[in-house]
Amino acid sequence: MRRRNVLPGLPLSLGVTLFYVGLIVVLPLAALVIKAASLGPADYWQIVSSSRAVASYRVTVLSALGATIFNLFFGLALAWVITRYRFPGRRIVDAVVDLPFALPTAVAGIALTALFANNGWFGSVLEGFGIKVAYTPLGIMIAMCFTSLPFIVRTVQPVLEDLDPALEEAAQSLGGSDWAIFRRVILPLLAPALLAGVSLSFARCLGEFGAIIFIAGNQPMSTEITALLIFIRLEEYDYQAAAAIASVLLLAAFFMLAVTNWLQARALRYTVKG
Amino acid sequence: MKIRLENVVKTFQTFRAVKDVSLDIESGELVALLGPSGSGKTTILRMVAGLEYSDGGHIYFGDQDATDIPVRDRGVGFVFQHYALFPHMTVADNIAFGMKVSKVKRDRAAIDSRVTDLLRLVRLEGLGDRFPAQISGGQRQRVALARALAVDPKVLLLDEPFGALDANVRRDLRRWLREIHSELGITTLFVTHDQEEALDLADRVVILKDGQIVQQGTPEEVCRDPQSAFVMKFLGDANVIAAEVRDGRAYAGEISVHAVGVADGRAELYTRPADLNWSTAGPGIAATIARVLDRPDGRRVLATTGSGEPLEFDVEPERVVKAGEQGFVTLRRAKVFAGG
Repeated sequence: MRRRNVLPGLPLSLGVTLFYVGLIVVLPLAALVIKAASLGPADYWQIVSSSRAVASYRVTVLSALGATIFNLFFGLALAWVITRYRFPGRRIVDAVVDLPFALPTAVAGIALTALFANNGWFGSVLEGFGIKVAYTPLGIMIAMCFTSLPFIVRTVQPVLEDLDPALEEAAQSLGGSDWAIFRRVILPLLAPALLAGVSLSFARCLGEFGAIIFIAGNQPMSTEITALLIFIRLEEYDYQAAAAIASVLLLAAFFMLAVTNWLQARALRYTVKG
Repeated sequence: MKIRLENVVKTFQTFRAVKDVSLDIESGELVALLGPSGSGKTTILRMVAGLEYSDGGHIYFGDQDATDIPVRDRGVGFVFQHYALFPHMTVADNIAFGMKVSKVKRDRAAIDSRVTDLLRLVRLEGLGDRFPAQISGGQRQRVALARALAVDPKVLLLDEPFGALDANVRRDLRRWLREIHSELGITTLFVTHDQEEALDLADRVVILKDGQIVQQGTPEEVCRDPQSAFVMKFLGDANVIAAEVRDGRAYAGEISVHAVGVADGRAELYTRPADLNWSTAGPGIAATIARVLDRPDGRRVLATTGSGEPLEFDVEPERVVKAGEQGFVTLRRAKVFAGG
């Protein structure tokens, strides 16, 4: 006998989604891998391990890490303030969080460059302290922070909203200090959402292009990000080299996803029934 | 620890949840706050705990004015209706939480042995490694109680502790809580909207309505001598019969009962279903049976009087009664309250 499903539309919706995922996600990735593989191991290794490429990985990954760690704290604080307190302008702050998503990244890049250039509002002040932002890795980090901020806020916010107030009341009645309650009760419950936000934020930082190229200065060996190097190789019609370098970014993103998924599963062990 | 509430008031926005409540709870007593929803019982409990601050009045723990002491320093154990167990901690870690965050430092071995003792007390030996999602509702509530007891509270406060559980589990836990209370002798205050629960469990029942205490006393006192129509109706099924009071007697149709102290004029006669007798011959109030409900311990008859008032009464399981049958009702005892 045929198994009957109460929910209608399974064959059609599954077919459409699988076709779409295949066309838009799997096919380009496969093309990338095939292109890179057509190089042969020796050539591939030579391209991906060239000193210019390695320097670009270093600046991209380190800046992405820095930006993600910064957003981990700042995004959590922002989500906390928006969900836990009622203050005038709260809804505006809430709406502004999405601005980095809404704004074309190139616009963000130009605005940040104007602000942090030597004669800009922030740049001129910071220069007095001997801090240079524009055309340095610090500038790259700031551009990454800007475009990836919403990820952590928006993943943590719903979990914070759903947190049962009775849990905190229980912890208080047991004598817990505010800090002990945050560290032992709230933070562990937010951990899965924080990790999800971190992995999205980090992946976005790795691939960010528009906002960075204006502020980075793009000096090979110091402020040239990997995405830009790929773009340069494309401009030179060297598709194989572009694909080879891109495959390294792809691996890094997959690795990061795998690690956060594993951490998330660990953090969610307590939900397993049995 | 003796608890004393003095003229306590609480207002939410414009709604006065608790109006001028004074209450004494003796050391070691088990007291139930009983009332319908919105009667302010949970608000009172939360003010005693320090989870809510009162807008007026004082709360004393022993001789100490605890009104402004924050919950974390008040030394109360609070058990929530929906357990509020920390979902990411094992049962043992939940119970140990209070000891771990305490200002009094304890070593691991001391905490572990206390957790083991408490697990034994709540009869959950061997479940220490489970997570809350992996145990039943009744077990969770027992963990919540063990967690509250772990910090040696001066007072134990329970907010509808068995409200979310099945009827059978609820009855077992009730008896068990009573045993634990006699074993530990800790002053306990609990909130419920279930009269049966309050009467089964408490030394003293405090009945609330609209933020005020309407009556308090032992289960025997409030059951045998309800002092208002509200208490009469709230404590159990009650029949209401319109009556007329003249010179200390209430008259309703062919029957009359003592009504000493009730002013002459219109009144209401309240009776429990078990206090009515059914017979096929008069005298009594003429009634027609509308429906018979069979229950494990007897038969509940829904009837209508000649003047259209509904009546409920119980007959023995063997008694043959059918819908449509006519007969007469007499009263074994009744309470008369003026008004109606």
